[in-house]
Amino acid sequence: MITKRIIPCLDVKDGRVVKGVKFKGLADVSSPVSLAEYYSRAGADELVFYDITASHEQRKLFTDILCEVAKNVFIPLTVGGGINTLDDFDRVLKCGADKVSVNSGAIKNPRLIEDAAKRYGNQCVVISADVKRVDGKFTVFAKGGRENTGLDAVEWIKSCVDMGAGEVVLNSIDTDGVKNGFDIEMLDKICSVVNVPVIASGGAGNIEHFIKLFKEVPKCDAGLAASIFHFGEVEISELKKKLKENGISVRL
Amino acid sequence: MIAIVDYGVGNLFSLKSSFAKIGAEAVVTGNAEDIRRADKIILPGVGAFADAAEKLKKSGLDKLLISLSESGKPLLGICLGMQLLFEKSYEYGEHKGLGLLKGEIVPIEGAVSKDYKIPQIGWNSLKFTDKKSKLFRHIKNGDFVYFVHSYYASKCDDSVTAVCDYGAPLTASAEKGSIYGCQFHPEKSGDVGLNILRAFCEL
Repeated sequence: MITKRIIPCLDVKDGRVVKGVKFKGLADVSSPVSLAEYYSRAGADELVFYDITASHEQRKLFTDILCEVAKNVFIPLTVGGGINTLDDFDRVLKCGADKVSVNSGAIKNPRLIEDAAKRYGNQCVVISADVKRVDGKFTVFAKGGRENTGLDAVEWIKSCVDMGAGEVVLNSIDTDGVKNGFDIEMLDKICSVVNVPVIASGGAGNIEHFIKLFKEVPKCDAGLAASIFHFGEVEISELKKKLKENGISVRL
Repeated sequence: MIAIVDYGVGNLFSLKSSFAKIGAEAVVTGNAEDIRRADKIILPGVGAFADAAEKLKKSGLDKLLISLSESGKPLLGICLGMQLLFEKSYEYGEHKGLGLLKGEIVPIEGAVSKDYKIPQIGWNSLKFTDKKSKLFRHIKNGDFVYFVHSYYASKCDDSVTAVCDYGAPLTASAEKGSIYGCQFHPEKSGDVGLNILRAFCEL
């Protein structure tokens, strides 16, 4: 039976993981490689790396680190941040990424999804959408949630899947950072209109939130979070054990 | 030495790294002489069947792989590389494979209820068949491996060594003699996957 996935997300800047990380027995808390190894051992089903650097030189540093991760960690790796062209896909796939997530780059140029899906296969293309309610409507935001695109989220995500995106990361700006739980209403809506895997992002604060997510939105495939894992507020092995106790299928 | 066949489909960085991790020497190569000299062969692949089959044919590697595997050299096909081992595929038309294993590649869609998403992406557990595979000597029945696929091998009962349950039992691995195939990605399946590759190295 296919299992629900738990995915820690690592923001990488200047070769380091952003947001201080506190772990027992982990000497270098902001090294992407040691953190990735730590999560893999703890039972993470997949890892997401976001490149939040801007300059060209720093991009090189990011891909060097990605290679180092892929040499040591043997679970699926998704990479996002600054993906605007097919060359960007190529750059990260060559370093061991399995999937590439596009966000603002696809809003600027939706053909990127089509071209990438044709070249690398649908399974490789992840559409990541930052969505917020504006006048009661789910609306897509670009540039890390700063710019209202006016796009209707349901229409946008559907069209991305039609163009070849094989997976959706839905990040609710409304619940992000609040730690009050995932955006069940928004996730339910998106899960009902696409038939590719959907990854929930934004709002997880504790184990109960993951249980609620998978119980109330059974069509949701995975839960993603960053700081609660980095700060040790939620331990992945403990989380998966609790999910299993609640009848949710996970890999232990 | 293990030859990871490079015929222009997919990225082989992780596969090469996984052999390095278990201490096995592996080279990524499209060179016929290298492949002939290797003790064992890995046929990787992601993307579309027709395109990959065409590339194998154009490079002449198809005939080489058939003759080497007939001589008993262990060959492991992974994901699309596994599908290519079969007689034919119905992915966008009808296309011929290497024909080393009996069976055909058909869409998951139609075989499972509409509740199941296509592609199957994620971790699923292996259910061993009675045909016990040497590749599984270091792992347990029920262990999880990582799948990404929209098509699967059908009409191949004789060779199936494990299935996964995705609303229907889908072929997860198959083998005949020294020819092996995994639909899942051992190089992305954590310790379980590395243990499968280790078993292949020990053949």
